[in-house]
Amino acid sequence: MEDGMYTFTNKLRNFSISMMVVGFLGLTYGFLTVPKTVEEATAMVADAHHGEGHGDSHGEEAVHDVHAETAHKYNHEAATANKQKHGEDNHGEHLLHQLQNKPWAALYVAAFFFMMIALGTLAFYAINRAAQAGWSPALFRVMEGITAYLLPGALIVFVILFLSGMHFNHLFIWMDPEVVAHDKLIQGKVGFLNVPSFLFRAMAYIGGWATYRYFSRRFSLAQDQASDVSNHKKNFRISAGFLVFFIVTESMMSWDWVMSIDPHWFSTLFGWYVFASMFVSGITTIALIAIYLKSKGYLEKVNDSHIHDLGKFMFGVSIFWTYLWFSQFMLIWYSNIPEEVTYFITRIEDYNLPFFGMLVMNFIFPLLILMNSDYKRIEYFIVMAGIVILLGHYIDVFNMIMPSAVGDQWFIGVPEIGGFLFFTGLFIFVVFKEISKAPLHAAGDPYMGESERFHY
Amino acid sequence: MSTNQVIHALYDDDDLLLTAVKSIREKKHHIEEVYTPFPVHGLDKAMGLDETRISIMAFIYGCIGFLVSILMMNYIMIEDWPQNIGGKPSFSYVENMPAFVPIMFEMTVFFAAHLMVITFYLRSKLWPFKKAENPNSLTTDDKFLIEIELHNNEKELNKLLKETGAVDIKTIEKKGDDE
Repeated sequence: MEDGMYTFTNKLRNFSISMMVVGFLGLTYGFLTVPKTVEEATAMVADAHHGEGHGDSHGEEAVHDVHAETAHKYNHEAATANKQKHGEDNHGEHLLHQLQNKPWAALYVAAFFFMMIALGTLAFYAINRAAQAGWSPALFRVMEGITAYLLPGALIVFVILFLSGMHFNHLFIWMDPEVVAHDKLIQGKVGFLNVPSFLFRAMAYIGGWATYRYFSRRFSLAQDQASDVSNHKKNFRISAGFLVFFIVTESMMSWDWVMSIDPHWFSTLFGWYVFASMFVSGITTIALIAIYLKSKGYLEKVNDSHIHDLGKFMFGVSIFWTYLWFSQFMLIWYSNIPEEVTYFITRIEDYNLPFFGMLVMNFIFPLLILMNSDYKRIEYFIVMAGIVILLGHYIDVFNMIMPSAVGDQWFIGVPEIGGFLFFTGLFIFVVFKEISKAPLHAAGDPYMGESERFHY
Repeated sequence: MSTNQVIHALYDDDDLLLTAVKSIREKKHHIEEVYTPFPVHGLDKAMGLDETRISIMAFIYGCIGFLVSILMMNYIMIEDWPQNIGGKPSFSYVENMPAFVPIMFEMTVFFAAHLMVITFYLRSKLWPFKKAENPNSLTTDDKFLIEIELHNNEKELNKLLKETGAVDIKTIEKKGDDE
């Protein structure tokens, strides 16, 4: 072992590969068990209701109670009118589409979530570069390792979007000319929401992010051997430029890749909301990987003050996420405009547990666990809070994608868990492979001394 | 009356002050007080002061504010004069809870912040019209002062303080009454 070089152990490699294999099998199972005809689809759902069910038939009843109670009080006509418009006659076909979407949505949620972690980390990294932060250089190589997943992760998302554009699935109903022909609202958005420009924009976002990441990593490695700080200065400049590019493209990406799944609904702070989710997920992943590497005897320059700072960011950005979640929710709840509020009605009625469970995981749990200053220095607490935060934000993405893709036919079953495992394995594989390629200590960084001495 | 004698050592740099405090405490001298023109990071730890308990109080005050906001809004908006909130006249606190969240948040912060400041003032014995205890006005400008109690060890202390880089050392007779 060279000094400060991480070796990707066979144990971890095999672990990640076996996760990918298991996840791949789960996804394959999901795709193979999709119903082919309307009869099969209705039979599947009928079976589930009569048989052992989803195990949450009790929960369903509770939801219906809430439904009955609130239906009188809240303006609920829009949702029911919508359902009637689709008509009872093609109810079976609708169900078929939902069930056919299910494995695709499971794949897409997991693919997007892990891409989002890498993108959030890249933003955090660029902010530290542009702010010339003195505390964080000891963690730069960890961040660079995580951002290595961005290009493969985003390309997988792109392939899924491309397949959607080629009508392999119905994740994005605005891609279906049949739907657009009968939908005035979508017709008005066709100038923006059409497959060629959608895919072109996706390529532009991914290209921009990956280009910044490529050059920043190169300058960072070159700075290790350099005798002056010119590479550091170049990195500072491109990071500042990237942040401008990022906040525009991230926002547009969230409209394109997530919000357009509900093409009738829109929220003006949606970009911020998705940003907060990816930012906290990225920071949490940095903390978890740093703690893992420290436990293996690497990163000896990272002390408990660095972990404390990451903990503060996890705490603060969790609250920031809640602030945006609530800002979005409250305005729509308060104004109660039918075409807006239906977004939350479907989530509260059909997704009650994940919708409110996510609030507990992403807000109440980190708020209580990470409030105490001392706890932020205890690795056990950071790891525990971090795992809950990451799972909570997976469910956040789940809640953003699933209601429009599969309606009330959601379930966290084999394809969903398979998708999560597959991308966890791929993420670990790519990230730790990249971390093993360069010294973990960015020795040439002009702020490294400050970071080593960092003490709160 | 020798116990009322104190020694005042002036420093002109906060890093110097920190190392001085550490070496004085190593020699087992009791530091009465340190006066600084701005908060010096890590000074509380170097002086061996007890951990502050104000954060515990802040949490409790926040919880009180949270409860007060719930009781207050329930009384104002639901019980005393039932309000139609956003076209949803259900007159139930729970169903209209989202409308009250900003108030719950603000009252939590308001109670935590104000009561914490008041607690801090009381605990530091800073009330209105109180005379400043500051022994040397230079500590409001750019100097740092360490006050050490004397127990017939003036010479030894003088030598130690000089070594730690004090710019000025004085022995002072403190007045009998406290405060």
